[in-house]
Amino acid sequence: MDLSSISPTLLIASLMVAATPILLAAIGEMVVEKSGVLNLGVEGMMIMGAVTGFIAAIETGSPWAGFLAAAAGGAVVALLFGFLTQVLLSNQVATGLALTLFGLGVSSLIGQGYVGIKANGLRRIDLGWLTDLPFVGRVIFGHDPMVYLSLLLVALVWGFLKYTRAGLILRAVGESHDAAHALGYHVRRVRLMAIAFGGACAGLGGAYLSLVRVPQWTDGMTAGAGWIALAIVVFASWRAGRVLVGAYLFGGITVLQLNLQTAGAKVSVELLSAAPYLVTILVLVLISFRAGRGGDAPADLARPFHASG
Amino acid sequence: MKLRTLLAGAMALGLATGAQAQDDPVKVGFIYVGPVGDGGWTYQHDQGRLAVEEEFGDKVETVYQESVPEGADAERAITQMALQGADIIFTTSFGFMEATNAVAAKFPDVKFEHATGFMREHPNVSTYDARFYEGRAVLGTIAGHLTETNKIGYIGSFPIPENIQGINAAYLHARKVNPEVEMVVTWAYTWFDPAKEADAARAMIDQGVDVILQHTDSTAPQAAAQEANENGGRVFTFGQASDMEAFKPLPRVASIIDNWAPYYIERVGAVMDGTWEQQATWAGIAGGEVEIGEITDAVPADVKAEAEELIAAMADGNYHPFTGPINKQDGSVWLEEGETPDDGELASMDFYVEGISGGIPN
Repeated sequence: MDLSSISPTLLIASLMVAATPILLAAIGEMVVEKSGVLNLGVEGMMIMGAVTGFIAAIETGSPWAGFLAAAAGGAVVALLFGFLTQVLLSNQVATGLALTLFGLGVSSLIGQGYVGIKANGLRRIDLGWLTDLPFVGRVIFGHDPMVYLSLLLVALVWGFLKYTRAGLILRAVGESHDAAHALGYHVRRVRLMAIAFGGACAGLGGAYLSLVRVPQWTDGMTAGAGWIALAIVVFASWRAGRVLVGAYLFGGITVLQLNLQTAGAKVSVELLSAAPYLVTILVLVLISFRAGRGGDAPADLARPFHASG
Repeated sequence: MKLRTLLAGAMALGLATGAQAQDDPVKVGFIYVGPVGDGGWTYQHDQGRLAVEEEFGDKVETVYQESVPEGADAERAITQMALQGADIIFTTSFGFMEATNAVAAKFPDVKFEHATGFMREHPNVSTYDARFYEGRAVLGTIAGHLTETNKIGYIGSFPIPENIQGINAAYLHARKVNPEVEMVVTWAYTWFDPAKEADAARAMIDQGVDVILQHTDSTAPQAAAQEANENGGRVFTFGQASDMEAFKPLPRVASIIDNWAPYYIERVGAVMDGTWEQQATWAGIAGGEVEIGEITDAVPADVKAEAEELIAAMADGNYHPFTGPINKQDGSVWLEEGETPDDGELASMDFYVEGISGGIPN
């Protein structure tokens, strides 16, 4: 075994890239669930974002247009889910699953002509001498802008939910939609906005895959990342900080296990392969235990609301 | 009244279809492990399906289901296809082996064709495979010449004989032209997950691997290598299953192409003539099932000529990629001077040859 061939700098740099799609999708889904809606269609929204973002980036030549289109694409599909569950009061679990199937199918259809093409990816930022610093240069100052944006988004969501009035209303809607309704808040409107936000985030996560991490369009390229994001929200007990920990842990161990294999580590490969799932769940469960109560699911999660009720 | 009309109608329809049964097109089903747009393995199988349609026109009807997970769900998908009236079903991944045989027991009149497996428990199950290791021998030769770091990477999917044959064949031929070469194997435990495949390729590149062979189905490792080259790297890759020509001339310098069309046309034809019989097919470069895609100019001319010689030798049947003397990893003798293994031994290969480090997970 030659562990010295693993460079910690490159390892940390690539784990941040590996974690970003899941982080984006998970933080969006957390907001949705905080508002009392369970959207199991994360995978479908991600892949829609991946394909719309990729197509837009190809057609305009600008990755930023790609990310914008991805956010819009994700939000549009999410609003379809919102319309069905919030207005027509369909079952959220079934509708979410259908959204995943729908997204996978539609994305494959509209992505037909875009297989095997290369898009203009995002360049890593270059802050001159800062980026040239050993270790910190590459790890802190040497990423593409979306990595920073995703971290900023986590901080904003955390601040929004904890400190703002709008965040409080969103949480109230999620904890007790009847009470929120009685106080005169528009439960349905709040939830639709949360759903659209969640869709936009998932779309960004998907586009990060197709524009930066892979970077190309392939059918079904999310390959389950949306489900990981969903699981991370639950195991992070609906807290922004823990979502960040969970996503980085998952991404980190995925990258680490591949590096260990490549370096020829004498650890069973089956164990290494399962490690990202095992360690992420274990750590987040432990954190939740230590934190005790208070990290529980929003009380009205996945319960339909109608003003007459 | 209404119900009666409906019943009468249904009966008429039933009689009509009964009468037409003989002119019915042959229904050909395909079970794919990935999406048809993967640009690799499943894409090539689907090209085979399209070739069947082209060959037989109205006389066939093809159906397929893509992205079928290996495992319990596969049995459901295959059963579903048999219930829909498929006459012959091609299941195109190693992991469908048990499921194919289980469903075959329940539908004795349907023909089943399982790709890359070895289990034929019922008379209506055939297996077919291609000698990908012959292609790997060619790629290994090129890789051995191209590497400067003397580290060749192999992204494995699952530790099954097909992958192990590929790793051994590539390594033996790389070492033949470059005794210093080292084989780095990473198991992705997936046939298709672009993000993970890209990560695996990046991990290799970060650790100094400069030629990457992949046994997974997406083009993501090619894209990762291309990105590394744009940032000043020197990394070469090979197309897998499909030509992956979008990544020519660099990083993709050659490819192994699976050509399933002749086999699919032959077997569907056999169902039509009523001559279908159980068999186990394993063709390679000589049979045209394994092709080597264009070797680009990024490969020096003498290396290219050497690779082409090797291809010709295998096409003539003059050369077997596993020709002794070859020792197993533990140093024990596997093949004596001039000896070649039989197909049974190859199909169950579960060891590395001497010189490759690391163990095979089981």
